[in-house]
Amino acid sequence: MTDHILSVRDLKKHFVIGHEGTVNRKPITVKAVDGISFNLHAGETFGLVGESGSGKSTVAYITVGMYQPTEGAIYFRDQDLFADSKGRPLALKKEIQIVFQDPGSSLNPRRSIKQILELPLRIHQPDKDRLTEVLRLLEMVDLPPDYMHKYPQSLSGGEKQIVAIARALATDPSLVILDEPTSALDVSVQGKVINLLIRLQREFNLTFLFITHDLSLMRNVASRVAIMYLGKICEVAEAAEFFQNPQHPYTQMLLSSIPVVSEEEEAAKPEKIISTGEIPSPVNIPQGCSFHTRCPYAMDICKRVDPVMVETGAGHVARCHLFEQPEENLTQVLEAEPGPIPQSP
Amino acid sequence: MAQQVNVEGFASTMTRQQVRELQRKNRRENLGRAWYKFSRNPLSTIGGTTVVVVVLLAIFAPFVAPYPEHAKPFTDFANASRPPSWEYPFGTDEIGRDILSRVIFGFRFSLSMGIVVLVIVVPVGVLLGLIAGYYQGTWIDTTVMRITDIFLAVPPLILALAIASVLEPNLFHSMIAITLMWWPWYTRLVYGLASAQRNEFYVASAETTGAGTPHILFREILPNMVSPIFTKISLDMGWVIIIGSMLSFVGLGVQPPRPGLGTMVASGAKYLPDQWWIAIFPALGIVVVVLGFNLLGDGLRDLFAAEEA
Amino acid sequence: MSTPRLLEIKDLRVEFKVYGGVLKVLDGVNFSVNAGEKVGLVGETGCGKTTTMKAILRILPIPPARIAGGEIFFKGQDILRMRKRDLSKVRGSGISMIFQDPTAALNPVFTIGEQLGAVVQHARPENRRLSKRKIRDKAIIPLKEVALADPERLLDSYPIQLSGGMRQRVCIGMALATDPELLIADEPGTSLDVTIQDQVLRLLRVLVEEKGTSVILITHTLGVVRETTDRVYVMYAGNMVEEAHTRKLFAEPLHPYTQGLMQAVPKLTGGGIAEGIPGRIPSYLDPPPGCRFHTRCPRVMDICRRQKPPFFKVDEEHQVACFLYDQNHDRHKEETATL
Repeated sequence: MTDHILSVRDLKKHFVIGHEGTVNRKPITVKAVDGISFNLHAGETFGLVGESGSGKSTVAYITVGMYQPTEGAIYFRDQDLFADSKGRPLALKKEIQIVFQDPGSSLNPRRSIKQILELPLRIHQPDKDRLTEVLRLLEMVDLPPDYMHKYPQSLSGGEKQIVAIARALATDPSLVILDEPTSALDVSVQGKVINLLIRLQREFNLTFLFITHDLSLMRNVASRVAIMYLGKICEVAEAAEFFQNPQHPYTQMLLSSIPVVSEEEEAAKPEKIISTGEIPSPVNIPQGCSFHTRCPYAMDICKRVDPVMVETGAGHVARCHLFEQPEENLTQVLEAEPGPIPQSP
Repeated sequence: MAQQVNVEGFASTMTRQQVRELQRKNRRENLGRAWYKFSRNPLSTIGGTTVVVVVLLAIFAPFVAPYPEHAKPFTDFANASRPPSWEYPFGTDEIGRDILSRVIFGFRFSLSMGIVVLVIVVPVGVLLGLIAGYYQGTWIDTTVMRITDIFLAVPPLILALAIASVLEPNLFHSMIAITLMWWPWYTRLVYGLASAQRNEFYVASAETTGAGTPHILFREILPNMVSPIFTKISLDMGWVIIIGSMLSFVGLGVQPPRPGLGTMVASGAKYLPDQWWIAIFPALGIVVVVLGFNLLGDGLRDLFAAEEA
Repeated sequence: MSTPRLLEIKDLRVEFKVYGGVLKVLDGVNFSVNAGEKVGLVGETGCGKTTTMKAILRILPIPPARIAGGEIFFKGQDILRMRKRDLSKVRGSGISMIFQDPTAALNPVFTIGEQLGAVVQHARPENRRLSKRKIRDKAIIPLKEVALADPERLLDSYPIQLSGGMRQRVCIGMALATDPELLIADEPGTSLDVTIQDQVLRLLRVLVEEKGTSVILITHTLGVVRETTDRVYVMYAGNMVEEAHTRKLFAEPLHPYTQGLMQAVPKLTGGGIAEGIPGRIPSYLDPPPGCRFHTRCPRVMDICRRQKPPFFKVDEEHQVACFLYDQNHDRHKEETATL
């Protein structure tokens, strides 16, 4: 499968956050990512959507090498990213870069834009003239050259994020992870940053792993979308299909909760599933399907058995018991009135 | 708008000379802003001025002091124990030395003590704290920080007394004592700062790009801690001077006849209250230096706090 | 327009003295809230929404801030010239506030019950001398109102034991516990997840409608305004640029800034993302003369550079501070063309 630039296989990341008991000390773990698999096709924008605690950022951090996975593997062009226990080789670091959510934190306030852009150049392109390269990078992202002597604090939020994008592209990567790249920005600035990203993707044939909580944004940038809830993927589909024909009850709830600005959008939302209940703490993930505490269609089996991914259409998979049922049962359940909604503990 | 700038043209016309000029202009602007904030607090301005004056006095002591030879072994019993007058503004001591001159020379000892101690203590403490903070949660962290704790548990004055009783009581040995007890405070401070900075995403970004550890420690993290470190240095100058004077007072510091401020207070204390000036003016000298550094330190802290906001 | 004005801000000007000069942040803001009305205040980072809100509550840091002019009437009384005692009455039971970050709004070392109890106790003079038991009984009411499960146990919980959504519900309960006439909600859902934000906003809407409380909803999310408010003000660089009934504004935004903003919002129906508005918000140190938006406006005319546009009434429910909607619009255009 050479078409896959990145292949995530049953990835798990459990954090030990403390211990319980005095004698038999049991570790308390957060299952931030709990067995997810997906593939990225070269040149596509794969959207990973989820609310807080869904583990979407953890996936990004593992891919870029900030964490070691607890279990599972990630292959970049059939090369195991975690094969070398001493750390990731530079050649792989060059290929996979990340843009973080908050440019205020990801750009060192004590370093000038020039210094910031020079670092990846010094490591990965030591032969090239750095001043020329810095100027080329600034030009590439439409920033005036005299910005190189500015410090991040004198830039607007959007400009900072654009610098962070330029830095990520300085190593000439093929996969860029975008971890909520515009959620710290105003809408009027967001468009500029997103369109810049789309242009750069085309120019340099980049693959994007786009992580966000903003489904409206996702609709407009992603080619495929996966949705995460408490460390697991609930549903994956082509973007258009995902929004027109959402299958998983959680996807439907999310879509119907989005505040929108026009009547057409209102009409495009799935039938209102009223959002209820709290998102359970990732320390204490409910048994069975983790969404059953909030699901209007929750059945008995959902409380006991964790569902598996089933194909519901071409390239469309969902992880829900509703789709594991034989046909006749399925319709029955769907027509049934939503049962009493269980209160969160 | 960005598009309006002709990037091609700009890049070619922007010489390295212009690049440097821009850099300088930015720096000047930052300095101006810092000075504006600093100068809005009258207390820190007073502190800063005091420190500058004291430092200048100490440097040019031989030229400023009315009787520079009085700082050396000297006696003039004809003028012994004179109260303050035009001739001797701070009076003279029991063997006729001008107290003003001796206080000015005393600043030299106090300041050089502070500088010597901090010059040793700051790099050591900062380096250890930086490493421990960056490797937070590993065995490196545990080892460094527990050693730090051990040193913090030793009472400084007792350590100084112990060193003095084993070796000879003098300025050099008491400086060793102060140095030994002082570095852990910097390690602590920097450890806390570094372990916070380490979670900033610019560190993750440097790591995932493949930057080396020295680069991350000294080029990325350290520059972000300069402000609190300098604030602490300023406040600590006052403290070191006080402790140095205390050691001098109990006879473990500057040895007579050299004019340590603490030493002078100690010898003058015998003549209180009648010949008060012998002890009081050196004591005031200590107060002025210490207060100056403390106010400056507070000013710097406010300045840096405002910078963050 | 015959409904009584609960809050009315007239030509408010606020400045901040900083290094290098004076920031002219609020440049003659006019704003009003009628009794029982839900008003949205939309604008992007740095447009002056928060400054406006702080001025209403008189919690601006003075100095460096300075009220350079204007009045804020709350039930006919000028808040800016009120005595301390009257002011604390207004703050205590007239106007309540919900903040963006419920974690920061609740004190982590006191239980929810203690914090709610204190609010209840100070809401009315007759509550001052109530017994602990009675206060507890009263403190539980707001928790029930915001539909939190197991309110008894919640009273004894610390904020850290609650999720973000629950904390924001507690804050809403607390803000409404004093039966205020006006509730200022500053980005109440922004720090929450979409599904939780939806719950919280729905709850807020139901509660204020039940109680007849007026609301100022400050936010930068247009969708939230559309779903929650009756009337909207759009703010840009310290000026109100458009005011309309919510339905009208979303159906037909008139000010070029509002239009740009509306286009920039990614749509759930797809269709790509608009470039947004070119440029950035001007410096308050040296704001552009005339209309402060003229430097970024795609339809700028000559007059915009010279003169600050007043509000032009388009119809009873819609006014815009833009010369495009002046009756002499054609003349402005000709002028621009001949130049």
